[in-house]
Amino acid sequence: MTNLAEDLKAPNLPGVPVRGGANSPEDRRRTHRSSRRERNKRTTDVVVYGVLAVLVVALLVPFIWMLSSSLKENNQVLTVPIQWIPSEFLWSNYTDIWTRIPMMGYLQNSLYLAVIITCLQVLTGSLAAYGFAKVRFPGRDVLFLAYIGTIAVPWQAYMVPQYIMMQQLGLTNSFNALILLQAFGAFGVFLMRQYYMTIPDELCEAARIDGLSEYGIWARVILPLSKPALASLALLTFVNTWNDYMGPFIYLTSNRLWTVQLGLRSFVGQFDAEYAMIMTGSVISVIPILIIFLIGQRYFIQGIATSGMKG
Amino acid sequence: MTTETLSPETRTPAPAVHSRGNRKQARRNTLIGWTFILPNFLGFLAFTLIPVLAAFALSFMEWTSFSAPRWVGLANFQRMVQSDTFWVALRNTMVYALGHVPLTMALALVLALLLNRKLKGIGFFRVAIFFPYITSLVAVAVVWNMLFSPDSGPINQLLHAIGIAEAPGWTSSSDWAMPAVIITSVWRDMGYYMILYLAGLQAIPTELYEAAEVDGASPWQRFWNVTLPSLRPTTFFVVVMLTVSSFKVFDLIVVMTNGGPGRSTTVLSQLIYQEGIGEGKFGYSSAISLVLFLIVLTVTVLQFKLQQRRER
Repeated sequence: MTNLAEDLKAPNLPGVPVRGGANSPEDRRRTHRSSRRERNKRTTDVVVYGVLAVLVVALLVPFIWMLSSSLKENNQVLTVPIQWIPSEFLWSNYTDIWTRIPMMGYLQNSLYLAVIITCLQVLTGSLAAYGFAKVRFPGRDVLFLAYIGTIAVPWQAYMVPQYIMMQQLGLTNSFNALILLQAFGAFGVFLMRQYYMTIPDELCEAARIDGLSEYGIWARVILPLSKPALASLALLTFVNTWNDYMGPFIYLTSNRLWTVQLGLRSFVGQFDAEYAMIMTGSVISVIPILIIFLIGQRYFIQGIATSGMKG
Repeated sequence: MTTETLSPETRTPAPAVHSRGNRKQARRNTLIGWTFILPNFLGFLAFTLIPVLAAFALSFMEWTSFSAPRWVGLANFQRMVQSDTFWVALRNTMVYALGHVPLTMALALVLALLLNRKLKGIGFFRVAIFFPYITSLVAVAVVWNMLFSPDSGPINQLLHAIGIAEAPGWTSSSDWAMPAVIITSVWRDMGYYMILYLAGLQAIPTELYEAAEVDGASPWQRFWNVTLPSLRPTTFFVVVMLTVSSFKVFDLIVVMTNGGPGRSTTVLSQLIYQEGIGEGKFGYSSAISLVLFLIVLTVTVLQFKLQQRRER
């Protein structure tokens, strides 16, 4: 497991000096250590480990319970006393769910939306960010303020005009409505621009002298340097789209278009006593996110720590 | 918001406007700049900027799915202040914010303080605590609804075990549904704010702690006199973000309680949805949207002002 302390710092470019080092008090204590302190520190460490372990287990109880319930019979889920480990592991829940509800279709729909929206957002966002960060032209800063301004407006405040618009365009009950609404977000532009501002202009200048066009500079100089930011944006967008409930809830009415979130919610509404199967569905809906998160966790944390916002 | 101002030194040097060649260069730059921005801007203009502006205009119009739009001035707002449901939703939203903001902030800070040390495997703990934040909301709501189950749910079993005979009915009781929603949302969000606090803690210069230690400050004094004051910008940011997000609470409520039982957890966002998309009252729902926007704006501006005064 990587140490996340490293990841919390602003992303650094190769060759650009790093400001400050790790700043925890423990760090500097080590410089003039005395054996008594060292012993004290070790005792504190053990206590801290103990506290943290208890805390993390307590905070993860809902997940543990979800996993354990997904392997039970329905009537074993809400028992007194709680059965943490199923008396018999009912793996068949994980094979039955595919026929009970069109889970595969839901997963495909979610994946389709998340991939298309993420690709468009990353592409258009990084292009626009280059325009805002590295090209100077009249009206640019006003335009950027308009972008920032809309981030501050709650999405719920303009969902009704958006809906009317989609209705007029005849796009309700289609994936296109969600793609159009979510692929051009101001947040992606903002995140990428903040990163591009940290790339020295001299690099672009040098590339210009070497005869690269602005598009060439974007593609060959800036993009390779901004891989961490691109990864942050891609992962955040993917997870947001995968987890989105309100968008699909408003726009997708036919069952064949439903995403995992909608399918799961409707299953709960229809068969609210099938506790075990509901938990199985929940586990399946979370697994893709867990995998993506474990692969790219440092980019999530970086994206949040540097931009301070999400969605 | 974290909008850093466009400082002059980060801009590319402005070309002198005297020679014709430079003017040509400026025009070329404009063209190039726009080609970069355009693909995103078209989508942004059509599906964000125009709807935002339309929402303002719509709140002064009468427009339903059955009638043509008509200018009615403040009529929507008059109807709104006379509507009982509006005040219930506003009150519920505020109750949610009053529970969610301080609890999430306090827990996020405690977690960040615990996790801000160099220990082997500390990354695992941070990741584990952050994970609920990116777990799908439906799964979170479904699991917590079962945990809160009044008769034999794990939470009430725990409460019985520690001697509370009359355990609350949680999501099936109109008094306890909101606390249940708040607990769930605090659990979900605290990992995210913990990350912000961790970033803040790591930006505190070590010299401050050194100086405090030389002065003989106890750990507790160091916390009160060094850590907390140094975290003030982070805390400010966290409070603004938390308050704004509390007023926007929507999907968690829709999935967990759908506003019920009765109207006990109906919030503003939900009202906008019900009136606007559910019943097609476009104008009236936009008036509620404007109120939501103004609240969010006021909170942000107010806290900015407070922060500025404290810094002086």
